[in-house]
Amino acid sequence: MDAAIEVERVSKRFGTTLALDDVSLEVESGRVLALLGPNGAGKTTLVRILTTLLQPDSGRARVAGFDVGKDAKTIRTMIGLAGQYATVDELLTGRENLELVGLLYHLEKIEYQRRASEALERMTLVDAGDKPVKTYSGGMRRRLDLAASLIGRPPILFLDEPTTGLDPRTRNDLWALIEELVTEGTTVLLTTQIMEEAEHLANQIVVMDNGRVVAHGTADELKDHLGGNVLEVRVTHSSDLEKATTLVTDLASTRPRLDPDLKQISFPIEGGASVLIAVGRALEDGGIEIEDLGIRRPSLDDVFLSLTGHAAVSQSESSSSSAGVAHD
Amino acid sequence: MTDVAIQRPPVSAAPLAFGLAVRDMKGITKRNLLRIVRTPQLLFMTLVQPTIILLLFRYVLGGAIHVPGVNYVDYVIPGIFLEAVLIGGMTTALALATDLQAGMIDRFRSLPMTRSAFLVGRTLADLCRAVLALLFIICLGLLVGFRFHNSLGACLGGTALIIGFGYAFTWVYAAIGLAVKDPQTAQMTSILPMFILFFASSALVPVATMPGWLQPFAHNQPASVTIDAVRALFEGGPVYHDLWQAVIWCIGMFVVFLAISLNLYRKVTV
Repeated sequence: MDAAIEVERVSKRFGTTLALDDVSLEVESGRVLALLGPNGAGKTTLVRILTTLLQPDSGRARVAGFDVGKDAKTIRTMIGLAGQYATVDELLTGRENLELVGLLYHLEKIEYQRRASEALERMTLVDAGDKPVKTYSGGMRRRLDLAASLIGRPPILFLDEPTTGLDPRTRNDLWALIEELVTEGTTVLLTTQIMEEAEHLANQIVVMDNGRVVAHGTADELKDHLGGNVLEVRVTHSSDLEKATTLVTDLASTRPRLDPDLKQISFPIEGGASVLIAVGRALEDGGIEIEDLGIRRPSLDDVFLSLTGHAAVSQSESSSSSAGVAHD
Repeated sequence: MTDVAIQRPPVSAAPLAFGLAVRDMKGITKRNLLRIVRTPQLLFMTLVQPTIILLLFRYVLGGAIHVPGVNYVDYVIPGIFLEAVLIGGMTTALALATDLQAGMIDRFRSLPMTRSAFLVGRTLADLCRAVLALLFIICLGLLVGFRFHNSLGACLGGTALIIGFGYAFTWVYAAIGLAVKDPQTAQMTSILPMFILFFASSALVPVATMPGWLQPFAHNQPASVTIDAVRALFEGGPVYHDLWQAVIWCIGMFVVFLAISLNLYRKVTV
């Protein structure tokens, strides 16, 4: 299969920050790749390079076989971009936004008018189509933004955090739309901070942190890479949390992960029931009251934590340094 | 569908590209005009400031200022016409910074449109608003006693010169908007060149009444020569020296700031 997107050893520096550090990846035509990582991982920088908004300092990037530096104009006819912020004009109506984008894709008037109407229908925005965008809800804006990126029927679509800030139901609606596009053959590169989103939509996941690719594979491959399962302990009194962590640390192969809000400790384990029993005994001997103790399949969260040493979700950035990492 | 039919020989590529560029520009201009029409409060505010200046210098301060050989109302008002155009142009900087912050510029730059069309479309829409503002303030000027004393041709020429200067200066604002990237900062920064050029000029009082160190600047800066030329075109008197200088300033500002703005637009990131 052809590669729709090829990135070879791309680096990009902003002042003293290395935003992208020797990044390589490939997306096959008709597939979905998720770039997963926290804020500042370099995901948006990579999208900006691939959509010809930014030039790499070194390395090579090709989209649909064209070089982002030399053939930027050609690439722009073949891509769609839906941004992190819903980049639609607040003062124009939904239809006016779509028709403008269609005109700028150099479609004939009759054609962009037809496509705008179709897109409004598809995104269930028919009733709102002739109202100014400032009256739209967050979910409606995202749908319009997605519609705008599709007006030119681009074979390759870039979605930069397409569902950030949306409520779960609206998020599901948007996921269904993206899945539909993929079945029609569109190649999608999306960035996300949400494990579930990457797992749900993507064939391949590239985990990024501090401008580097730290892992690459399917969701299952990444989980297998972690090996075995995850053990979770929930204590009754949060005052016991630290003591409990000290007690279980000897039994864990990596540093246990702490969630003070849930009064929970978790860490990957190799063995099964024997570790569970050992942990239970150690805590009991230490006089710690346990509310819950169990083994589960690792989530992508766990994978991310073990790869980068911090959680992917950035809601708790203030405490991202060591322990106190929020659990989703 | 035959893809081959779409392939065109390279000879027709240039006019084709030009036609598309014009079409892109029209689309962007229309978008910006719709934005202007749909924010009438902003349009209104760009008229309030020159109105206040006009009334201030006509009725409050005008009585204390005596310019030999001319009615003060006829002296001061051509300068205020220019100011009306300049003050409205500040919204160019504001609008570009806003588009940049909102990610609109990213969207447009990722489309196969002609890149310069985005900025040209912006400035053309602002030009339409400037003409509107100018017509308003001319009517107001006539209402408070300003009179044209020259031929119709000369008066139209003077009006065209104000519009030309305003359009050239729009590109200064465009460069400011793209350089500072933040709407509030863009607005504050745009006030500076406007104030310096308007107040340290021959707009309100003759340059000869200013301190010696200020005179060389006040006498030769673009707004002064333009206002002197416009005044001569409206009221009569020697015009050619100032007119040529004004035209050269306009062309110079246009070319230099067009180049700067396009360069900034190509590379700009939030």
